[in-house]
Amino acid sequence: MTKNILCTSDPVNDKETLDVLLRDKRGQQYYDEMKRLEVDTAALQKRLKDTCKSRIRTWLEICTHCGMCADACAFYLSNDKDPKQVPSYKIQSTLGEIVKKKGNVNNAFMRNAMYVAWGQCTCCNRCTLYCPFGIDMGVLMSYLRGLLFSQGFVPWEMKIGSGMHRIFRAQMDVTVEDWVDTCEWMIEEWEDEWPDLKIPVDKKNADIMYTVNAREAKHYPDDIAEAAVLFGIAGENWTVPSEGWEETSLAMFAGDWEGARLQVKSVYDAMDRLKPKRMVVTECGHAYRATVIEGPYWAGLKSGKTPVETLHYVEWVAEALRSGRLKIDPAKKIKEPVTYHDSCNYIRNGGLSHIGREIMSYIAEDFREMTPNGDHNFCCGGGGGLNGIGRYRKERNIGQKVKRDQILATGAKLVITPCHNCWDAIRDLEETYKIGIRWSFLKPLLLDMVIVPEHMKPKEE
Amino acid sequence: MYNFLTGPLAWISFLIFFIGILIRSSLYIKGLDSNIDRVTYRVNTSFGIKEAVRSIFFWLVPFLTSGWRTQPVMTILFFVFHISLLASTLFLKAHNMILQERWGFSIITIPDVVSDYLAIAVIVSAIILIIRRIKLPQVKILTKPSDYLIIVISIAPFLTGFLAFHQFGNYTFWMLTHIISGELLLIIIPFTKLSHSFLFFLARAQLGMDYGIKRGGMKRQKGMVW
Repeated sequence: MTKNILCTSDPVNDKETLDVLLRDKRGQQYYDEMKRLEVDTAALQKRLKDTCKSRIRTWLEICTHCGMCADACAFYLSNDKDPKQVPSYKIQSTLGEIVKKKGNVNNAFMRNAMYVAWGQCTCCNRCTLYCPFGIDMGVLMSYLRGLLFSQGFVPWEMKIGSGMHRIFRAQMDVTVEDWVDTCEWMIEEWEDEWPDLKIPVDKKNADIMYTVNAREAKHYPDDIAEAAVLFGIAGENWTVPSEGWEETSLAMFAGDWEGARLQVKSVYDAMDRLKPKRMVVTECGHAYRATVIEGPYWAGLKSGKTPVETLHYVEWVAEALRSGRLKIDPAKKIKEPVTYHDSCNYIRNGGLSHIGREIMSYIAEDFREMTPNGDHNFCCGGGGGLNGIGRYRKERNIGQKVKRDQILATGAKLVITPCHNCWDAIRDLEETYKIGIRWSFLKPLLLDMVIVPEHMKPKEE
Repeated sequence: MYNFLTGPLAWISFLIFFIGILIRSSLYIKGLDSNIDRVTYRVNTSFGIKEAVRSIFFWLVPFLTSGWRTQPVMTILFFVFHISLLASTLFLKAHNMILQERWGFSIITIPDVVSDYLAIAVIVSAIILIIRRIKLPQVKILTKPSDYLIIVISIAPFLTGFLAFHQFGNYTFWMLTHIISGELLLIIIPFTKLSHSFLFFLARAQLGMDYGIKRGGMKRQKGMVW
């Protein structure tokens, strides 16, 4: 048997291996090799022994197979109530079997488990709210992903993503130099319109340390400039770290807990180095979940909290609007019907549902809620890394039907979604289903309607 | 036979029942791990306890959670089954008379006719639950043969008790099978899916703590919307 080159159980730790993986178009060779990847049952058994404790075992055991979780799942509903999409079935037929068989499972089983873990579940945790026992199937699925990652059964893009974090401390190949250059470039790009624009790098003892999603640095640098303008208008004393600027965690989606730990550690180190009063995270859902909610545990912080208090961008916006540091021009408020999509990762898993509504009360005249919303909102279909997995693109698109219908029912043509993955998913939803909607982060909308103080305006020549 | 069943065997089954619950609950709590579960059970505990209590309470009241409200038929079935099952067992006059005789105490009782209807409610709702398992594809796919067996074992004491009470055929036979099936039920509760009867409280408390301490509990305005 030929030896696997691309698809192994080893994580990607060096650039050479990463480049080879990246050259494999759509992971063709990678997935071919996966068919002959051996399951190390002894290692799997040991991992179960070390990490599968009473909480997970009890969840798996006390499920009374009542099926009440079914209707809670966007994928079950979107797939015409296919019983194979019942959350309990998805977890019992994968993780449940692995635990029952004490890790004695074969290659075909693991490949199917990979399909279920990444192609049929976004770990949105909604079904958890509908289980009488509170069996958290999002957490179980995430645990399963960890087992699969340790054995090398992980989608190609997730393997690459985890490798990126391990090598670059970012989900994309953006180095510290690239990042700092991008900040400087943005100041130059925007200085005509915003002469007073600053993006202070590595300033110590600032009130706010701002951290972003690598996509902003690589593909959407204007987002950073927009943040800078809004911080400037609000008169914030803020900074970005040169190292530890990246919040996201494809490693979390991949189930690579060591990669996830390394990533959040870089942000916490920046906090220790720059000693900001608080940190603000950009408009990203999973990044907040990873770095603020789960990260402290990966990094072994006993408090369960980040070293300094952390706000999601929506919290900062709400605070700035509340305190009047950002003032909305009443004439420029959003007049058309507008709806707000809640990101599972900082709503259900972060408790920030009310913040979005507070913001909408300042900026929108005809705000229309989706039903259900807040803690019970449906996933956009693209969470949990599913957006980025080419192999499961069809599954993702089908899974978006529930969100599509939710949006249509509001009658709104504008969807505000302060989350990168949701933003992508809703963009793709429009591309697939053509329902005539627009989608936006908060920053560009706010920029259009805030009252700009004199000193921020360009000087008349 | 009767003396053996209500004497030593009753003692043994109650001991297994209570000690089993105690051991399994202790093992559950002992197995909770702040690092692995990623919940600081010992830091910000008060937030956790508050949500743990809410998490249990909301699910104990019919139609209080979104889950109950979205599935009204299941909710009615669920509560009728569980309340009837507990009430007809605990508050039955005959059971309390035995308690009084053996241990010198008893708890409140309900009229026999009420117990009778409750026993019927247990049996009927169990039958509907079985039909639900067979008919609904989303439940059928989850169902294993053991799920049916568990329901049969669970309702056996009610069926036999009902038949004995009404003296259908051979009273002694039904009474003895009633005692045996009741004791069998007690013995298997701690070791089967029926352990959900007490692990429900622990699992819900754990999830409550998870949401209360870690997943937004300190920011969410009025607690988790269950």
